[in-house]
Amino acid sequence: MEALKQELKEKIIAVLNLEDINLEDINDNDPLFGDGLGLDSIDALELIVMLDKDYGIKLVDPKEGKVIFQSIETMGNYIKENRTK
Amino acid sequence: MTAKKTYIQSFCSIQNNEIILNGETVFNTEPTVFSDFSKKAYQNFEMNYPKFFKMDSLSKLAFLGAEILLRKEIDATKENNIALLFANKSSSLDTDVKFQNSISDKENYYPSPAVFVYTLPNICLGEISIRHQLKSENSFFIFEAFNPVFMVNYANVLLNTKKAEKVLCGWVEYYNEEYKAFLYLVGTEGNTEHQKETVEKLYNK
Repeated sequence: MEALKQELKEKIIAVLNLEDINLEDINDNDPLFGDGLGLDSIDALELIVMLDKDYGIKLVDPKEGKVIFQSIETMGNYIKENRTK
Repeated sequence: MTAKKTYIQSFCSIQNNEIILNGETVFNTEPTVFSDFSKKAYQNFEMNYPKFFKMDSLSKLAFLGAEILLRKEIDATKENNIALLFANKSSSLDTDVKFQNSISDKENYYPSPAVFVYTLPNICLGEISIRHQLKSENSFFIFEAFNPVFMVNYANVLLNTKKAEKVLCGWVEYYNEEYKAFLYLVGTEGNTEHQKETVEKLYNK
């Protein structure tokens, strides 16, 4: 799980072009949206694409994203339980 | 209606790894790719706006020019009625091609929302408006080449009909690592008369 969380942080920085953010700036339980990393709605869509492309998870209901994308911790748990690749 | 005289208050050009403001070089780098040049310029002018890195190249180019001309112009305590009048030749083709390439493989079909949102040339106007909190008139036109007659007339109409207090005009062309931006601010006060010949001369400098 630790390796997966590290991988997620690296992917998020790369995919969302967070040039000013380092791996150590992202704590496992920090909120990804709002006051945390300050991601926006386009970033949320990009994360949905990433789940599909890299982990074979298709989010049928985008509202699920609110819970799944709360933090690196919640993303990691969801991917661990639902990944198909 | 008597048309008031209008003036070019400041101007800026960006090309060949160099930024020139009012005729003087304010930033340059060794020859490099645009992503590297634009990042260094962003850092040099301490723009402190992380969303910059999410923009496509056309938006970065327009954003840099606007930032340099507007940073001393914007009064955050009041509404700034600065219209945006932009144009270019290649529209958003650079990003359009990238997006097309990203969806051309049916076996690997993952359209990127972050790329897709920039497949319109006027998105860069939105980025500038958000940054400077502008709720003003804005238009983006596509021309075969820089068209000073149109730009001068359009900006003058905006000023003379009081649709705007100032107009930020810009030619922002980007395609496949070739780029040129020429932006200038027009208002009803100043020393340099806003005429086709002057605009043309400054563009070709």
